[in-house]
Amino acid sequence: MTSQKCKGARDLLPKDTEAFRYIEDVFRRSCLSWGYQEVRTPTLEYMYLFTAAGTLTPNMLSKVYSFLDWDGWSGERVVLRPDGTIPIARLYIENLSQQEIARLFYVTNVFAFEETGKENRERWQCGVELIGSDKPASDAELILLAIEILRSLNISDVQIQLSHAGVLKALLKELKLKPDEEIRLLDQVFDGNWQVLTETKPSNSDIGRLISLFLNLRGKTSGFLENLKALPQIPVTLKPALDNFSEIASLLDALSCNYQIDITSTRGFEYYTGLCFQFSAKGEKIGSGGRYDNLIPLIGGKSTPACGFALYVDPIINLIQPQAKRKAGQGILVKCDKTTPDSIKTSFQLAQSLRQAGYATELDFSGRQSDWRWIITVQEKPPPFLVIDQAQNQKKEASSIADAIKTVGGFA
Amino acid sequence: MLTEGQLDYVRIALPKGRLLPATACLLKETELEFKDYTQGTRAYRLKSTKLPYLSAKIFQEKDIPIQVAVGNYDLGICSLDWIEELLAKYPASALIKVADLEYSKGNLYLAASRYRNISSLQELSTGQYSWRIVTEYPNLAEIAALNLRLRRFRIFPVWGAAEVYPPENADLALLWARDDSEIRAQSLFSLKTLLSSTAFLIANQESWQAKNFSQVIAYFSQGLEMKAKPWLKIKPDVAKSSNSFRPDFNEEKVWLALPDGHQQPPTSEFLNKAGLKLQGYSENKLNRRPRFNLDWVNVKVIRPQDMPLQVANGNFDLAITGKDWLLDHLCRFPSSPVVELVDLGFGQVKVVAVVSQDLPVANIDQLKQVQDVNLSPLRVASEYVNIADKYLHDNHVSQYKLIPTWGASEAFLPEDADLLIENTQTGKTLAKHNLKIMDTLFQSTACLIGNRNSVESLPKKEKIASLVESFRQAAEAN
Repeated sequence: MTSQKCKGARDLLPKDTEAFRYIEDVFRRSCLSWGYQEVRTPTLEYMYLFTAAGTLTPNMLSKVYSFLDWDGWSGERVVLRPDGTIPIARLYIENLSQQEIARLFYVTNVFAFEETGKENRERWQCGVELIGSDKPASDAELILLAIEILRSLNISDVQIQLSHAGVLKALLKELKLKPDEEIRLLDQVFDGNWQVLTETKPSNSDIGRLISLFLNLRGKTSGFLENLKALPQIPVTLKPALDNFSEIASLLDALSCNYQIDITSTRGFEYYTGLCFQFSAKGEKIGSGGRYDNLIPLIGGKSTPACGFALYVDPIINLIQPQAKRKAGQGILVKCDKTTPDSIKTSFQLAQSLRQAGYATELDFSGRQSDWRWIITVQEKPPPFLVIDQAQNQKKEASSIADAIKTVGGFA
Repeated sequence: MLTEGQLDYVRIALPKGRLLPATACLLKETELEFKDYTQGTRAYRLKSTKLPYLSAKIFQEKDIPIQVAVGNYDLGICSLDWIEELLAKYPASALIKVADLEYSKGNLYLAASRYRNISSLQELSTGQYSWRIVTEYPNLAEIAALNLRLRRFRIFPVWGAAEVYPPENADLALLWARDDSEIRAQSLFSLKTLLSSTAFLIANQESWQAKNFSQVIAYFSQGLEMKAKPWLKIKPDVAKSSNSFRPDFNEEKVWLALPDGHQQPPTSEFLNKAGLKLQGYSENKLNRRPRFNLDWVNVKVIRPQDMPLQVANGNFDLAITGKDWLLDHLCRFPSSPVVELVDLGFGQVKVVAVVSQDLPVANIDQLKQVQDVNLSPLRVASEYVNIADKYLHDNHVSQYKLIPTWGASEAFLPEDADLLIENTQTGKTLAKHNLKIMDTLFQSTACLIGNRNSVESLPKKEKIASLVESFRQAAEAN
């Protein structure tokens, strides 16, 4: 049979869903214990929320699922949420803006068209947003929270890459381009084409050298940034962003959090203004985040600093260890030797009592085999119950429901 | 030279309309002549006079890139703007641009009215105003709007006459014109040239990889290398009216849209009978802004297909269109505020489901059974995309592909579609093309439509009511 599944869509099978739930549980537990609150936003949003300059790049926008709603004769398009952060910013503006600090988290799907249909067009992410603080300690908080979650998931060798959109944007300003050229260059850079930066030949060759210095070097401590700051050709306009970058980096140093500084690790979002970070493991990108101080005013809120991150569920599912043999293996299959109304009734009663006693219990009236550990047969003739332990290959009789439960307990 | 036996059967899609004279000339000069490929021809399927393995079908230009991309045709000729319009939305289309045929030069312009104070592109990316863009190229318009970082915009796809909407009924138009002077003649000015276009020879990618049509390509190459290229001298006559006008932003004026095309003569006759005098609304010289004898009514002549959407958005208060187009709009937007105010009685057509005479089915259920055996999705061509979609839903046709067309839909059967949803007056044209009517969906006549909200809005309420009343009286007298 040919598949009827939509191109680029993905089914989560029981095993995947179990891994998904596990990731979600670990994520939620950590977020709640750090004082974050869970929210959900709708799948549909107006397109114009994402089109303002400084939100999504035109390249990303061209991959958005947009359409006219059934009442969309005005031409106002709606989209399947292409990004997790912008809807949260909207939610904050409309509902929570009186809060000085909002710590929010969510598990959501985001949609983006992908040409080949081989990659997922619907992706899941676990996101965290810290709205209302401009302190470097908040940037550090997010990185530590993400690391804690990834550690709880037993993902080893997580690499952290740091970059800084403020430094990058200040550097671009030094190229003294026309506003529209600058934004086009920035878009290309965010789409991953860093080449264009080195191809732009600035009139001031100091800036050219500086750019290649930034692009080619990788730092491991805040010392690297201090070294850059001390360079004679660093323009003053770059200083505030570099100071901020260095301050966060030294905080992370003090917290013994290892990272790599790679200015080219920023990808995708125009709305970042400060620190950007990215997590990867086994060569796979598993999360990213950053500071976006201008986003909330840009979409109609009052000036509010904010930062956040998202962990990508799809690659993480592939990275986590197969779960310890699921507890469900300890479940019970209840069947009856004759399917009379009486024995079916007894089966349901028995199953109910077993569930109350904490056992996962499945009913079967078709005589199939099962890999559950226990099978209890409801018999028409006494003894009323036969308890089989498949793991130990033992059989025991039971005279009542209570006795059957006790027998299972005895085996365990 | 290959012998004929070794050559594959090759199909080429040729354009109707604007591109036809120059294309016909080029084909004639390069030995690729087709009999009956002339302006006003009634034939759709053409045979090459010299090459027995080569056949052609005539399409609306806009349909050609799609037909070639899906592989119904190996080759096609159309203008670059329509190719780019397809690629803007479906960049992975299996299309190859084989050769620039150089004729029919023009540009796609993003233009604003010189009467509205949009002075630069920068203005468009600031503020919360939602810019109204009318265009026959909605995909290119959307990409352009995104790239220009328009903060808020609404695209109104139209079937034609985009130039007449600004400044009162739209802010921007994305439209084709031969040059800047043609844009200026419409009292527009160009904010940006999006692309320069000429006629192109295109090929389906898989055909190109698998078939041998080198001989056909060679003839084209020969033509392009000729010294004298008479087809370059053929100037297509684009009947765009260029007239001066005064824009009218008076909020108390009633905006009325009148149809061009087939519906124009009967509408004109009807208005005469109703005692409503119009200057410049006749076949010989169409003014897209005719003058009414009532000075509180502003009139524009646009395509009837576009009217319901325009009325829904309040760009026009009243319009004369067909019930077919009203229904197509309501199928897409069920809660739209557009309502039929007066049935005008003329322009009677049936909207019908049509199949090939050769298909042994008498109704949709039998067609579904045939379909279940074939297991391939039903290919449905229609100008009425939303009516067709609803008809297929209502009849529980499980797998189908809708092929939107821009006229001349009967040419699609039987090779390029299985079912057609089309309008017909007598059914004679359908019979001539070896087609039969399988089902009648509804009867359509011309009607006056209005916007539920503007009909009740205070400053215009009485004016609209009196205009509607004179239409009603004339319709009853008919």
